[in-house]
Order: sequence, then structure tokens, then C-alpha cells
Amino acid sequence: MNFAGDFDLKEKQILEGHTDRVWNLAWKPASGVDGIPAVLASCSGDKTVRIWEQSPATGSFQCKAVLDETHTRTVRSCAWSPSGKLLATASFDATTAIWEHVGGDYECVSTLEGHENEVKCVSWNASGSLLATCGRDKSVWIWEVLPGNEFDCVSVLQGHTQDVKMVQWHPSMDILFSCSYDNSIKIWAEDGDNDDWHCVQTLDESNSGHTSSVWALSFNSDGDKMVTCSDDLTLKIWGADIMNMQSGDGNAPWLHLCTLSGYHDRTIFSVHWSRDGIIASGAADDAIRLFVENKDGLVDGPTYQLLLKKDKAHNMDVNSVKWSSMENGRLASASDDGTIKIWELVSLPGHDKLPL
Amino acid sequence: MNLFEVAHFVREKPMKLYILTVLHHIRDIKDPEHPYSLEELKVITEDAIEVDDNNSHVRVTFTPTVEHCSMATVIGLCLRVKLIRCLPPRYKVDIRVAPGTHATEAAVNKQLNDKERVAAALENPNLVDMVDECLAPSYA
Repeated sequence: MNFAGDFDLKEKQILEGHTDRVWNLAWKPASGVDGIPAVLASCSGDKTVRIWEQSPATGSFQCKAVLDETHTRTVRSCAWSPSGKLLATASFDATTAIWEHVGGDYECVSTLEGHENEVKCVSWNASGSLLATCGRDKSVWIWEVLPGNEFDCVSVLQGHTQDVKMVQWHPSMDILFSCSYDNSIKIWAEDGDNDDWHCVQTLDESNSGHTSSVWALSFNSDGDKMVTCSDDLTLKIWGADIMNMQSGDGNAPWLHLCTLSGYHDRTIFSVHWSRDGIIASGAADDAIRLFVENKDGLVDGPTYQLLLKKDKAHNMDVNSVKWSSMENGRLASASDDGTIKIWELVSLPGHDKLPL
Repeated sequence: MNLFEVAHFVREKPMKLYILTVLHHIRDIKDPEHPYSLEELKVITEDAIEVDDNNSHVRVTFTPTVEHCSMATVIGLCLRVKLIRCLPPRYKVDIRVAPGTHATEAAVNKQLNDKERVAAALENPNLVDMVDECLAPSYA
């Protein structure tokens, strides 16, 4: 995708309702396309999860459900299963709840316990057969999804030396990535098919890794690159030889490709790579930044440039930025100010939407 | 502080006014272990406060009473909570221990400035009680 010319992030709507900071957002898969209204889940320090649905008539999002009276502390992360049938929510109350949309209402159908303290993130694998959680107890848990909304813990992964802030499955392979307060990113894979999960690689300072807490990571649509963001004020781009990884050997290392520094002056909490190649970042300076690959690269390896910076995107820290997987150019952001904002990336002049 | 002093500082040294305002909010925070305020124990001084109003940024550098002070994170938490309550929401607050004054300085600073760790700590009722105790006004 060629991003020549000027762009702006246009604020389309402000979603209010949460009574505390909003930590995370998740677009429901397969919504916002084929006549199905777009759906967004948000989770908050107010201990609830809200489901927002876009009205086909007006185009604006309304709160359709408030998932409350389940978590007893901050809900830190939410993730839809790939089919969109289930929503997993991770909480500081040390549990992960699984919700199902049953006849107009969301019902908590399962509660995953095991972490010793705050659960910070939950992630589904590409097929929806596995779930991963992580938390302040420094561990990463892998759960198998069984019929009847049963979840069996298949592995408890130790290795990080400090709390684990995020876990994310690779978009096409059952390889798990975790990022931590210990400044490192760890990659976990299964040895054979016998639930023997172990750390296959650690990306830390010794291989051009981050020098402070790593808050988030995101893959590009091909799954051969990932971007990570950190308290060290940088974004790092990593790449792997995907063909090698897929050909059974599975042992293709991830290598540092590029560091984006000098763009952020406060902690970067969230990063998300859109399917058309735009990297969005949300940071503690209330701004949203967009980056794209520099196509006239005359140097070895990819370089990235700032496409635009949205100052004061929110009144307080931006905790989460998420591109819609269905509609190009649509971005949602969540903030300490308790609001969620829906944005549209438009190109100037002409104010046309990006071509699909 | 009377109005004359305020007017004087506004005319002469606006930065001083910002600093004194911040100091005013935090000077009476009680030390978690000793029956004295942070200012009385010189954990906090006027020099320890930096304000950049244009960028809505405050940094407070505190000096624990002893190098192995186990209450350093509690003191830091008290400072953060008080300032969040008193300053306009646009303000970014950084808290750190004075360089060279604590045995695990880097670890303490990292915890105090990790928003997620702070949020989780403030959901711990025991810790909240401790912080509230330190922040409660004492009427001599």
C-alpha cells in the first residue's frame, strides 16, 4: 500500500460510559462486514466490560451490554475468539472469564483460575483451540479449549523474571509470544504434540531488544514481522523467515530489523499493525502516532517513517489502539480519561476514505 | 502563605509558585513509619520538585530516610496518589528516589512509574489503608 500525500485521523465518535480508565479494546471478528454491524468490546478499571455495536442506520456506536458483577477488580484485557462466539476477559482479580452471547445477553460461562495474582492479558490462537494468559506472577498459562466451554490448563510456562504484560499468538502458527516488565520478549513453541511447551527464543538487550518494560506487540498481516513497544520510548520491528518456520523445522529465529526512536517521549502502552500495513501507537503523552514502511528504502532492510501524529488524541494516556480488521482506516483508541474514540484515517485533499 | 507572598511570587517568579503549590500538597504527608511529615523528615524539600506547566509535567524526587528503606515504594505511592488527587488531570507525574539514596533505586523507580503496577497496588486494601493513613490530615 502506498501512503503518499497527507493524511489525517478524523475523530468520528467518542464513546462514554465507563467510570474509570479504559485499558483495552477488541474488535469482534467478522463484524463490520457483509451487513453485520461492527462490534467493539472494551474493558476498564471500573471492573466491567462494555460491548458497543454500530447502528446500521446512523453509523454511530451504542453500548449494547455491560458485563458486570463478575470481575471484582480491574478488567485489564479482553479478546474475542476467532469465531466471535466467545469473549475472554482477564482481570486483576486473578481470574479470566469466558463470556458467551446467549439470546441477547452475555453470560459468563466459565472462569479460569490458577494465576497467583493479577492476570494482565488473554489471547486466542488462530484456530480458537488454545487460549493463553499471563500475569504478575511471571507465568504464562496455556489452556486447551474443549467442548461445552471447558478449559483445561495444558502448560504453565516459567521463564520471565518479572511480571508478564502481554501474550499474543502468532496469526497463523501455534507459536506464543510474551512481553514483560523484565524488558524481554519470549517466544514459546510446542515440542511435538505432547503439550511440552518451552521457550524457543528470548529477545532482550543482548540481541537489540528493549531496555525497559515491553508493554505490547503486534504482527503484520503476513505474520513475518512484528512490532513491539516499550517504556524505553522506542518501537522495534522484528522479522523472521516465515517459510522456514512453517516447514516443520519451526526453528526460524526472530531478528531485530529496525528501532524507531526519537518519536515518543513517554511510555508507549499499545501498538497495533493494520492489515494494510499501518502501525498505530498509543502513548502516555495522550497522542496516537501512525507509522508506515518507507518504500524508497535504499538501505538494507526496511525502514519506517511517521505518517502522522495526533496530539491530544485523548485528555489523558492512550492505553490501547486497535485497527478494525474489517474496515480499512478505522481505528479505536482507549484512554485513562474513561473514553473510547473511533477514528477514520482520511487522505487529504479530497477527504476520501482509503481505498479498500 | 498570604496573598502578598503569592502576588510577589506571581510577579517575580511564577515557577516558584508552581513548585510551592506542589509542595503545599505533599509536605504534610506522613511518613509510614515515623510520626513526622515527609517535609519534617526532609524526605521532601522544595528543591525536590520540578514543574513544567507548559508540558503539564511534574517530577518529584524524594530522599528516603535510610538507604535500605523498605517503605520507599509506599512513600512514592503516597506522593503519586496525593498529586493525582490535587493536580489537574492533564498533569503527568514522575516520582523517583534521589539518585544514590537507595540501595535498589532503579527497581523502586521502575515500580513507582509503572502505571499498571501502581493501579494494581491501589486495589490492594491493605496498601490503600496505609496510603490513606499517610494522607490523612493530622490536627495538631
